[in-house]
Amino acid sequence: MLAVATLMIVIPILLVIFYIVKNGIGAVTWTFITQSPRNGMKEGGIFPAIVGTIVLVIGTMLFSLPVGVLSAIYLVEYAKDNFFTRLVKLSVVNLSGIPSIVYGLFGFTLFVLLMGFGTSILAGSLTLAIMSLPVIITATKEALESVPFSFREISFSLGATRWQTIRYCVLPYSIPGILTGTVLSLSRAAGETAPILFTVAAFYLPRLPRSVFDQAMALPYHLYVISTQVPNMPAKLSFATGFVLIALVFLMNLVSIILRAHYRKKKLW
Amino acid sequence: MVKQETIINTVGLNCYFGSLCVLKDVSLEIYKKEILGIIGPANSGKTTFLRALNRLNYLNSSYSQKGDIFFLNQSIKKMSESILRRRIGIIFALPQVLPVSIFNNVAYGPKVHGITNKESVSRIVENALKKAYLWDEVKDRLSEPAVRLSGGQQQRLCIARTLAVEPDVILYDEPCSGLDPISTAKVEDAMQQLKQNYTQILVTNNTKQAARVTERCVFLLMGELIEIGKTDSLFTEPKDKRTDDYITGRFG
Repeated sequence: MLAVATLMIVIPILLVIFYIVKNGIGAVTWTFITQSPRNGMKEGGIFPAIVGTIVLVIGTMLFSLPVGVLSAIYLVEYAKDNFFTRLVKLSVVNLSGIPSIVYGLFGFTLFVLLMGFGTSILAGSLTLAIMSLPVIITATKEALESVPFSFREISFSLGATRWQTIRYCVLPYSIPGILTGTVLSLSRAAGETAPILFTVAAFYLPRLPRSVFDQAMALPYHLYVISTQVPNMPAKLSFATGFVLIALVFLMNLVSIILRAHYRKKKLW
Repeated sequence: MVKQETIINTVGLNCYFGSLCVLKDVSLEIYKKEILGIIGPANSGKTTFLRALNRLNYLNSSYSQKGDIFFLNQSIKKMSESILRRRIGIIFALPQVLPVSIFNNVAYGPKVHGITNKESVSRIVENALKKAYLWDEVKDRLSEPAVRLSGGQQQRLCIARTLAVEPDVILYDEPCSGLDPISTAKVEDAMQQLKQNYTQILVTNNTKQAARVTERCVFLLMGELIEIGKTDSLFTEPKDKRTDDYITGRFG
């Protein structure tokens, strides 16, 4: 029974990968990866979408990593158990339960309209960042809490201040957990369509973005567009796009696995 | 007898975790450069008393206290925690080392107190390790992880780490409870040597150790100070029956 249940996890992912590779790999060529789309996206490549997704992921990280890590540090190391803290913790939990399309609408209202960023990389990154926050905060909190209390006690007992204790005795040992959580949440952000739908994604923009106030193409949205909005689209191009997106996400997850293994070797307690 | 100089005195000290009172109205004086033992059965408030002296109890958010503690006639409430804890160091029950090298364990204290000059730090580390009788055993392997040391060596490393910030008082919280007799003897030797320069307070569950090492002794029971006096007389002719019962092993 247990083995069957476990297999049920493995089979779908293998099938998805197999299906996408089988149908898409033929169309993944150097031209496909490095050229802009042509002829109503039925020919050419997806280079602007790849760049757009990478730029969005970096932008998301720039916002969500500092805010997420700092708030987790506050919650674990500084916050007293009071109404405000409980409110923040409850918000983090609920933030992770909000459907991504709602984030999209929220980002559209706040960043695109109210703050006047327009449909832009800035607005899209901020929206994705808010979506990534709960995962980063939760991962960081767990990483901080997994550092033995005795390390803090040693540090305090030698007269270190709270910040010195965090800086020298807690953060160094929680970095692997923080990095893993961050990369995982960013890889999810890379694959999301709904949050970028109204905030950044361009239907067809066969050039690279010029500033953070520019629109950009992005892989998930591009995939959505060519699969549903373009008549007579060659299916193998959709699968090839899907393949590139999955490869990108796997690559990020691989980075997180390598980081984790690297730090685990150094772990001494 | 010459009147001894007081370094720490507590006045009506009451300690609480939540609503639980673990120390009741403890007032006592600790003299410069003595080794004061604190004995008593489990849950008698020994550790709480020790950790009250450098405010480590406040790491637990449910802790509160009444009464006052004076360090060199100054209320410790008015001192910065950083300075107080530098001057009153503590050795924990189980050897607790940081997962860094032997050298960096000892260098941590000086580092947080702003000593960055490499030569000064090396000199401090060497002196501290010598005072804790560990230097000869580790001088060739300072860059090795401290966790590779044996339990007894780790505990002396903790003593060296505390000495590196140049405290006036060293608190020991059952420092030998996890050690074998030979390691215990080495730690006790270190304590005897440190007597010349430091005030030491030893919490121990081992009454024989208290008799061997300390000069004066406090007997705590259920958070109350039952008896305080010279170790010799406390062990040979205790004034209180409960002290007698405890040290002769009738309970506890």
